[in-house]
Amino acid sequence: MNFELTDEQRMLQDTLRRMLASSQGSAWQPLAEQGVFAALFSEQYGGLGGSGFDIAVVFEELGRAATIDPVLDSALLCGWLIAEVASETHSELLADIVSGEVQLAFAHTEPASRYALSHVETTIEQRAQQQVLNGQKSVVVNARCAGYLLVSARDEAADDRNCIALYLVPANCSGISMYYYEMSGGGQAAEVTFENVAVSSADCLSADALPAIESAVAAAVVAQCADTLGAMETVMSMTTDYLGTRQQFGRPLATFQALSHRVADMLIELEQARSAVILAAGHLDADPVTRDLHGSAAKNLVGRVGQLIAEESIQLHGGIGMTDEYQLGKYARRIIMADHRFGDIDYHLERFIELGKTPGDF
Amino acid sequence: MQLHYSDDDLAFRDEVRAFLNASLQESVTEKVRLALPLEKTDYENWHAALHARGWLAPNWPKQFGGAQWTAVQRHIFEEECALANAPRVVPFGLTMLGPVLQKFGSPEQQSYWLPRILNGDDWWCQGYSEPGAGSDLAALATRAVRHGDHYVVNGQKTWTTLGQYANMIFCLVRTDSEVKAQEGISFLLIDMNTPGIEVKPIVLIDGSAEVNEVWFNDVQVPVENLVGEENKGWTYAKYLLTHERTNIAGVGFARAGLAAVKRLARSEYAGEKPLIESPLFAARLAEIEIDLMAMATTNLRILSRASAGQAPGIESSMLKVKGTVIRQSINDLMRRAVGPHAVPFISEVLEDSMQIPDAVRNGRVSMQYFNNRKLSIYGGSNEIQRQIIAKTAFGGGR
Ligand SMILES: Cc1cc2nc3c(=O)[nH]c(=O)nc-3n(C[C@H](O)[C@H](O)[C@H](O)COP(=O)(O)OP(=O)(O)OC[C@H]3O[C@@H](n4cnc5c(N)ncnc54)[C@H](O)[C@@H]3O)c2cc1C
Repeated sequence: MNFELTDEQRMLQDTLRRMLASSQGSAWQPLAEQGVFAALFSEQYGGLGGSGFDIAVVFEELGRAATIDPVLDSALLCGWLIAEVASETHSELLADIVSGEVQLAFAHTEPASRYALSHVETTIEQRAQQQVLNGQKSVVVNARCAGYLLVSARDEAADDRNCIALYLVPANCSGISMYYYEMSGGGQAAEVTFENVAVSSADCLSADALPAIESAVAAAVVAQCADTLGAMETVMSMTTDYLGTRQQFGRPLATFQALSHRVADMLIELEQARSAVILAAGHLDADPVTRDLHGSAAKNLVGRVGQLIAEESIQLHGGIGMTDEYQLGKYARRIIMADHRFGDIDYHLERFIELGKTPGDF
Repeated sequence: MQLHYSDDDLAFRDEVRAFLNASLQESVTEKVRLALPLEKTDYENWHAALHARGWLAPNWPKQFGGAQWTAVQRHIFEEECALANAPRVVPFGLTMLGPVLQKFGSPEQQSYWLPRILNGDDWWCQGYSEPGAGSDLAALATRAVRHGDHYVVNGQKTWTTLGQYANMIFCLVRTDSEVKAQEGISFLLIDMNTPGIEVKPIVLIDGSAEVNEVWFNDVQVPVENLVGEENKGWTYAKYLLTHERTNIAGVGFARAGLAAVKRLARSEYAGEKPLIESPLFAARLAEIEIDLMAMATTNLRILSRASAGQAPGIESSMLKVKGTVIRQSINDLMRRAVGPHAVPFISEVLEDSMQIPDAVRNGRVSMQYFNNRKLSIYGGSNEIQRQIIAKTAFGGGR
C-alpha cells in the first residue's frame, strides 16, 4: 500500500495550486500552457497521465480554487469520448483538445432522461442523400464556447434499438438553436434543439457509443468528486478561520462547543470523502462493474458529505454565509450543484445496490 | 382528547376558503407558487384586500382594528393562506411593531401609527441586527444622542429585510454606554426619508436582493418617536421577539411546499416511472410527511394551550427549530426532484423574461433551496433556540 502521490503528481498539484490561487477569471490559457490537460490523457492519446489519480489531483485543485473553466465537460469528458471512439480518425481534434486549442460540449442529457445514460430520444434518420438529427438536449455544459458538439442519437433504422450513436457536429450548423444560461455552480450551459440538422456519415464517431459514454462519464464522476473535495477543503478552512475570528457574547464563536463539535464532525466526514475519492480514482481502470461500483460509492458519499459541509458552513457563518459577496456562497453552490451532475446521491445509491448484486470481489 | 376542529372552526375555515377563492389573483398566486419575487404592489394589494375584510391584523385586539381571533383561528387562516399560495403578510408592522405599540406606545403613538399600518400608509422594516450584533443583539452600537427635541443617530443596521420598500424603520439604538449593555438600549421609530440615511442592497447567495444595509449619518429623529421609556428598549425588543410566534412553525408553508414536491414528483420521470414511485424518493418524501403531521399537531397542542391563556414558553423555540428543519428538507427534496434541471441560475433579473423554457425555469427551486437556508439563521438562530430549550431543561428558567 502506498497512498502518496508520485513526484510528478505532487509537482502538478503545487504548480496548479500556486497558479490558480493567483488567477482571476478564466484560467484556461495558463492551464493549457502548463500542459494541465495533458495530465488527463494517457500517452497513447497524446497525454502525459490519464490515470484516476492524475485526474483527481487536477480536479481537486480546480475545485479548491472554484475555477469556472469547462475543464471537466470539455477537456475531460469530450476528450475521453473522442479518445475512446475516434482516436485514429480524429487524432488532430484530440491533439487540439489535449493542447487546449479547442473546446467541445457533450450534448447527451435530455429533458426526460434524468440521470440515465442510456435514455436517448434524439434521432438520426436517413433522408434522401443525407442524415438528419432531430431532438432536444438539456444542460449542455459549455455549449456557448464549444466549436463542436458531441451529440448522442438513436438510429431509427438500426437493427439493435439499444445502440446509441455519437455524432460530431459543428456547433454553428444550421438547424441548431440554443438557449444559454449561467449555472448556479459556476460556468454556463444551454438547452439545445436540433431541427433537421444535416450531418454526414463521416460525422458519426460510433454507432454503438454507450460503453464509451459510460467510461468517459466514469472519469467525469471521479473528476466531479475530486472537485467537490477541493471545494470542501476551502470551505472548511473558511469556516474554521471565521469561527476563530468572529466574536459574539464577548468571545470567539469557536469557543462555543455547540459549534466546534460540528466542525469536528465536518472534518471527520471530509476524511471519509477523501478516501472515497481515492477508491474511485484507483479503480477507474478496473473492469466496468468494479469501476462503477466505486464511482457510485464515491458520488453517493461525497454528495452526502458535500451537503453536510455546504449547509453547516453557511449555518455556522450566520447571515454573512448567505451573501453573494462572500466567497462561501459560490463554493456552497458549486458543492450542492455537483450532486445534480452525473447522477445524484439517490441515483448512485441505487446503482451501487444493483452493481453489488453482480458476483465478484471488489 | 378531541383531535378535530370544532364546528365553529370548520365554519370559519369555509369562510376563509371562500374569501381566498374570491380575492386572490392567479397572476399573484402563480408567482408565490413558483417562488418568484413579488412586486411591492403585490404585497400592498393583498394587504388592502385583507384590510377591507377586517382580516389584516388577526392578532390585534378589536379596539385597534384587529380581528382578535383565537390562536386556532389564526392557525387555520395562516394555513389556508399558504395552501392557496397567497402572498405572505409583511410582518414588520403587523406582527412585530403593532403589538409593541399597543403595549408600550403612548396613546398618541397608537392613534397615529396603528391605523397607518392597517391602511398601508407606512411600510415598516426591522432595524435590530448590526454587523457586530447578530445573535448577541445587546452588543448593538448604533448610537442615539439626545439634542433638545430630537435624537441624533449614527451607525449601521444590516440584514434589513425589504428595507428597499420601507418608508419607516423601527430601530434598537444605544442611548447609554455607561451601563450594562441591555440597560442602555432604546426603541426608536425612524422615517427612512430623513437626510443622512442610506440604504444599500445586499445580494444573497441566490441572487436575490431582499436584504439591505441601512446607514445612519447624523440622522435627526424627533423625541416623540421614542417608544416607551429611554433605555427600556431591550424589554420591548424581547416582548416583540417572544410574543407573536404563532406562525413560527410555518405549518402552512410546509404543507404547501409538500404539495408542490408531490406535484413535481408526479410529473418528473425516473426511467419509465414517475419519480414519486421511486423507492428512495418516496421514502424521503414519506419521512418528511410523517414529521410534518406530528409537528402540525405539536403546533395545535401549543396553540390550544395558548388559547387557554398559557404563555408559550420553550415550545415556540422547539417549533422554530423543527419547523425550519422540515421546511428546509422540503426545499431539499424539491431540488432533488428536478434532477439535472436544478442547475440553471435563475436570478430575479432573469425572471422577467417570459421566454425562459420550462426546463430552465426549474432552476428556480435551487434558488429557493439556497434562499431558505436563512430560515435556521434569522429570527433567533436554531443554535440560540436550542440554547433556550437546554437552559430550561437544566433548570435555568427563562
Ligand atoms: C435573510 C435574512 C434576513 C434577515 N432579516 C432581518 C431583519 O429584517 N432585521 C434584522 O434586524 N435582522 C435580520 N436578520 C439578521 C438575523 O437576525 C441574524 O442573521 C441572526 O441574528 C444571526 O446573527 P449573525 O448573522 O450575526 O450570526 P452570528 O450571531 O455571528 O452567528 C454565527 C453562528 O454562530 C452561532 N452562535 C452564535 N452565538 C452562539 C452561542 N452562544 N452558542 C451557540 N451558537 C452560537 C449562530 O447560531 C450561527 O450559527 C436577517 C438575516 C438573514 C440571513
